[in-house]
Amino acid sequence: MLIDWFTVGAQTLNFLILVWLMKRFLYKPILHAIDEREQRIATELASADRKKDEAEKQSDEFKHKNEELDQERAALLKKATDEAKAEGQRLLDDARKAAEALSEKRMETLRSEAVDLRQDISRSTQQEVFAIARKALTDLATTSLEERLGEVFTRRLREMDDQMKAGLAETLKTASDPAVVRSAFDLPAEQRTAIQNALNETFSAEIDVRFETAPDLISGIELTTNGQKVAWSIADYLGSLEKKVDELLKEKDKA
Amino acid sequence: MRLSPDEIIFWQNGFFKLNATIVYTWGLMLVLAVGAKLITRNLSVDLKRSRWQNLLEIVVTGIAKQIEEVGLSQPQKYLGFLGTLFLFVAAASLCTVIPGYEPPTGSLSTTVALALCVFVAVPLFGIEEQGVGNYLKSYMKPTFIMLPFNIISELSRTLALAVRLFGNMMSGAMIIGILLTITPFIFPIIMTLLGLLTGMVQAYIFSILAAVYIAAATRVRKPKPETEAKE
Repeated sequence: MLIDWFTVGAQTLNFLILVWLMKRFLYKPILHAIDEREQRIATELASADRKKDEAEKQSDEFKHKNEELDQERAALLKKATDEAKAEGQRLLDDARKAAEALSEKRMETLRSEAVDLRQDISRSTQQEVFAIARKALTDLATTSLEERLGEVFTRRLREMDDQMKAGLAETLKTASDPAVVRSAFDLPAEQRTAIQNALNETFSAEIDVRFETAPDLISGIELTTNGQKVAWSIADYLGSLEKKVDELLKEKDKA
Repeated sequence: MRLSPDEIIFWQNGFFKLNATIVYTWGLMLVLAVGAKLITRNLSVDLKRSRWQNLLEIVVTGIAKQIEEVGLSQPQKYLGFLGTLFLFVAAASLCTVIPGYEPPTGSLSTTVALALCVFVAVPLFGIEEQGVGNYLKSYMKPTFIMLPFNIISELSRTLALAVRLFGNMMSGAMIIGILLTITPFIFPIIMTLLGLLTGMVQAYIFSILAAVYIAAATRVRKPKPETEAKE
């Protein structure tokens, strides 16, 4: 008999034990390891996907930020350029204004210099004219002229108005010093006497007189007593002329 | 001339005995269990793993894939039974290269035991999957006339399983024994190699047939809802 029933039973039992052993030591751990590895790989893949997504998101964000920065930079650059342009324009305007002011000032200076120069010229011309006149008259002045002058002076004394005469008489009386008669040349004795006489007649008193020579009168005679003066001289005429010319020039300048 | 390692008896006490079949089976069990335990002692769940672990993973996933291809959608459930059938028969064949070794599958008692296990396991899996009633009804498909034929087929295929494996393993050992007496050189080696090949083929056939039977037993219910839907 090829079948031994005890062996069949024992082998069945052995096989069942082997099934249990294999399950316990082989299939379970191996399958568990495989499952765990697959789980792990899946987790890693998922994590990698997540990281990739995150990286893409970040990359997008960076791109966006870069674009924003570019735009901002462009805007800032434009603003700076505009400001620089405006500032340049302002500086140019300032410079133009300053230049204008300077040129205005220079023009003003030139104008005032011209005025000064003109004034100077007028003044020196005037002085020159008077100097020439004075010199001419000085050259012309002679004793005979002085005689004529003496005559004119005595006539003027006599023709003096009453009010002036009274004032002068009062002064002559009260004066301690003698009255002074000045002339450009030494008066001859006749003339001195004529003047003395004229004075005596005019003021009806003995007038004490002292004669002096003063070349700056150019030509003429003057009577001075205690601050009051009766005079006739070409210098007087010239002085009043000078005054008038000055006034005329001043008026012209103002205009 | 021995036909079966059952005949080598080391110890006997009445009904109980310790023959070569049982002892070599124990040896195989020891090797398989200790080997599995040693390799799976420190399994790596990382991408890097040892060669032995890789080998076991290939074996286990290969078996699981075969079971799935037969038509069992949850291979993990049947892996314990079918995988152990394959591994035991394959290991028994592989060890024939060891001198003095007699494959336990060369004993009809062992193959009968394995066939009986399949004979019992098929209805158990079938009942677990579709319930007692549905499973028993499957014997009367397509008509009740088929009931005796179905029962006969169930018994005969179990017998066929046992005898096929026994015949192949026994004949392999027998041929080598005969060849050793006629031409002691070269030929026995070639026949041993051939024996290894046939042993592996037998292991594959035995386990795949068991898988097919289980699949047939658990799959019966599935066309039913479709016919109901048609009605």
